[in-house]
Amino acid sequence: MLEIFQYGFIVRGLEAGFIIAVIAPLIGIFLVLRRYSLIADTLAHVSLAGIAFGLILKLNPMITALVSTVISSISIEKLRSSKKVYGESALAIFLSGSLALAIVLISIAHGFRVDLFNYLFGSIVTVKQSDVYMIGVLGAIVIALLIAFYKELVYVTFDEESAKVSGIPTKFINTLLIILTALTVSLAIPVVGVLLISALIVIPVVAALQLKKSFKQTIIYSEIISIFSVISGIFVSFYLNLSTGGTIVLITLVIFFLTFLMKQKTD
Amino acid sequence: MSVDHSQNIIEVKNVSFSYGEKDVLKNITLNVHKGDYLGIVGPNGGGKTTLVKIMLGLLKPTSGKIFLFGQDIQKFSYWSKVGYIPQKAVNFDTNFPITVKEVVNMGRIGKRGLFHSLTDSDHAIVKKSLEQVDMWDLRNKIIGDLSGGQQQRVFIAKALAGQPEVIFLDEPTIGVDIKTQEEFYGLLKKLNQELHLTLILVSHDIDVITHETTEMACINQTLIYDSNPKDFIKNDGLKKLYGAQVRLILHNH
Repeated sequence: MLEIFQYGFIVRGLEAGFIIAVIAPLIGIFLVLRRYSLIADTLAHVSLAGIAFGLILKLNPMITALVSTVISSISIEKLRSSKKVYGESALAIFLSGSLALAIVLISIAHGFRVDLFNYLFGSIVTVKQSDVYMIGVLGAIVIALLIAFYKELVYVTFDEESAKVSGIPTKFINTLLIILTALTVSLAIPVVGVLLISALIVIPVVAALQLKKSFKQTIIYSEIISIFSVISGIFVSFYLNLSTGGTIVLITLVIFFLTFLMKQKTD
Repeated sequence: MSVDHSQNIIEVKNVSFSYGEKDVLKNITLNVHKGDYLGIVGPNGGGKTTLVKIMLGLLKPTSGKIFLFGQDIQKFSYWSKVGYIPQKAVNFDTNFPITVKEVVNMGRIGKRGLFHSLTDSDHAIVKKSLEQVDMWDLRNKIIGDLSGGQQQRVFIAKALAGQPEVIFLDEPTIGVDIKTQEEFYGLLKKLNQELHLTLILVSHDIDVITHETTEMACINQTLIYDSNPKDFIKNDGLKKLYGAQVRLILHNH
């Protein structure tokens, strides 16, 4: 057996990483095509405030992150659909607001700097067995909901107005997508970290989009890119003693550049 | 098969719409009958698209009522009877990763409802719709790779796949060359005459409306003309619509 599998944390990291790698592009494809990529980044910053709360109150930071992102995601969607604030402005307000809150909370409670570093940049060392179970159960729920509402999500993403006219509950579908994004962001924190989550949600999809395939094939290619990046990133970071999150994201970027160059050649 | 042209499909009753202080539509009353091919024409910014969005329930009128198939639009639930090809369908994101068949499948989604995947009979209807517009052979192409005229046919097929009784088309030929436009209007005429579909075509192009449609409504805030396109030219309708300086240049085909 490879030396790597003798470490419990590596096995847990691979399990959690695999689940995250499967969900991230499934959410990502809808966000990218709706020009919503930044929502993942915003919710990641919100989750940081949630984590800070969790560390202060001595609760599981993944759970406090989950609660804060879900509540914020619904508020962002409300603010955006009210049309009183532009969509990007709503995101900017939540992004900077939650970062400010997180920094204030961190300055109130000194002494969890090491922990916080792990949450910011991802470290599979922080993945506990209970986290793996939680990621597994919630990940299964996210996938089940995405499958159940797949055709409606595709339609609303392609043309929201026509979808509405044909009787699809577009408001509900929009809210569902943003809540699922919040869940995915919270679950991905231990593996890639707050600052790099949006990269994992966005880059594999953008890379797959360069290949110009059907919707289903684009999903399959982004899955392959995502799973390969996460698994190989965990191995590489273990052997070379690098940051896991950073390594994973750099691998996705290399793949993106390759697909981008391939597209330039064929165009 | 003959069509009962006296049956009202859409009734617009005293509809007004304003954005804040600005009046967009004032007191519009209009009936669309079964089998009509109605052209809605008027200057840009005259409220055509707004009227269509109100007729589709996408916007709420400031005052007035809309009835679809005899039912108040607030309570209307048979949306599968209505097909819609929005302006955006013509200038959609050409990088969107989707095949012709995947687009037309969407036409069946409203019929199927939540939690039901498309059945064999849905796929048969999708095939038939694509054949009606001569696009079945290109079903596996990415829609962004097709020409503008081919894309339009795909959106028509998507609307047909929903087996609607009425199709709304909002400026469907923007950015398409003349020859493709002629083919496209030929296809619409066929749908109206052979399949007895009720069509509502919005265009700023008065020439197209007077030549192609059987009914015509001119909108510039108010309803200026509502009748037969042939009489429109005789009755100096254009002057009323655009002002006195405009002359209609007729293209004799």
